[in-house]
Amino acid sequence: MKPAAFDYARPESRKEVLKLLAEAGSDARVLAGGQSLMAVLNMRLAEPSLVIDIGNVADLRYIEIRDDRLCIGANTRQAELVAWPELAERVPLLAQVMPWVGHFQTRNRGTVCGSVAHADPSAELPLCLAVLGGEIVLERRHWRRGRRVVPAGEFFQGLLTTARAPDELITGVRFPLARSDHHYRFTEVAMRHGDFALVALAADIGPDDILLGAGGVADRPVVRRMPRDADLDTELNTFAWSLGAEDDGHASAAYRRQLVRELGYKLLTEAQP
Amino acid sequence: MTRIAASTPHRVRLILNGRERVGRAESRMLLSDFIRHELGATGTHLGCEHGVCGACTVRVDGVASRSCLMLAVQAEGRRIDTVEGLCDGDGLGDLQAAFKRHHALQCGFCTAGILNSCAEFLEQTPEPSERDVRDMLSGHLCRCTGYTGIVAAVLEVAAERRGSQPETPHV
Repeated sequence: MKPAAFDYARPESRKEVLKLLAEAGSDARVLAGGQSLMAVLNMRLAEPSLVIDIGNVADLRYIEIRDDRLCIGANTRQAELVAWPELAERVPLLAQVMPWVGHFQTRNRGTVCGSVAHADPSAELPLCLAVLGGEIVLERRHWRRGRRVVPAGEFFQGLLTTARAPDELITGVRFPLARSDHHYRFTEVAMRHGDFALVALAADIGPDDILLGAGGVADRPVVRRMPRDADLDTELNTFAWSLGAEDDGHASAAYRRQLVRELGYKLLTEAQP
Repeated sequence: MTRIAASTPHRVRLILNGRERVGRAESRMLLSDFIRHELGATGTHLGCEHGVCGACTVRVDGVASRSCLMLAVQAEGRRIDTVEGLCDGDGLGDLQAAFKRHHALQCGFCTAGILNSCAEFLEQTPEPSERDVRDMLSGHLCRCTGYTGIVAAVLEVAAERRGSQPETPHV
């Protein structure tokens, strides 16, 4: 339970990070809050030759609104987002979700982008990004095509697998701001509060359509669009079966499907605030 | 840019419980191991070493954090507070004394981490409800107490510090 040996670099600027990534590529791992990566290193699920600690890169630490997006930098801790006074008004889904993201002791160091980068299928932040239709900003060292913006739907590709290339750095994520005629809901069942979700559900309820996303069941967050006037039982049952749930040590596939149906029904029918 | 080659001991200086301390750490050394093995402060215990159990929780610049999920070299120049720093002179601090009174520990393995979380929690949340305390404790595993004594101790200290009576916790 100790990491294998690695070179350690603590650059002071984004440019230095991109240079190190360009040189080391898949041999390097980016360390931000460490709440996922350090566990992976301790268990030797990864043995990178270089760990790039971006903790000193000041311009990657921001929470700002640009156009209709909430933009969060790679160095912004989850606790900083929780403490941001406009969160409940601007992105109410995130305000509901944050208390479920780990524990306060891990939110103190864990970053928003780190959770997105790790892409655990049961993680709440990737689920929110997928349901809201957010984006991930990736940068690499290149004289012209150094930056690309990937929609969440394309970014998450499977268990701990994303569209990030080895020489790319996630510099930020963008969550769309709440729309006034939409409601946002979240619920989750886990073995204990803050533990990995057995099933997590997030919903964006618009005037005509509902976007319902599920985490913890498939190998990535999955989002389904359903019309508001659809037969909810049928829709939820179809959605539950579409996720390809499997049995594991924590819950059976049948239990996970049942959670999707029951929690989904509750989430979508409870009185709107 | 700081660069440290693998397997090369590097000088790390930090403030441990108010005193400047210096030790040597390879890049891969965890803060938890550095505190225990290099600095000899063995009050910090290591359980799971992947951030789940909470036993190794210390305060980094005042903020409760898992010391097993942090590298020693990341703690350079920072203020690290461990359970040893919670004492009041030679005696127990109010939080520790309340834990003793309420049988909030048995084997004590998880206790150091819990105390550090409680210390920050009570600074942030001076008037916690029982629900708040239980939510904070979800970041820790204790296999002896069933948590009831811990909840009672934390509520009592919060009330003492405010100069009022604690609410009676639900079992």
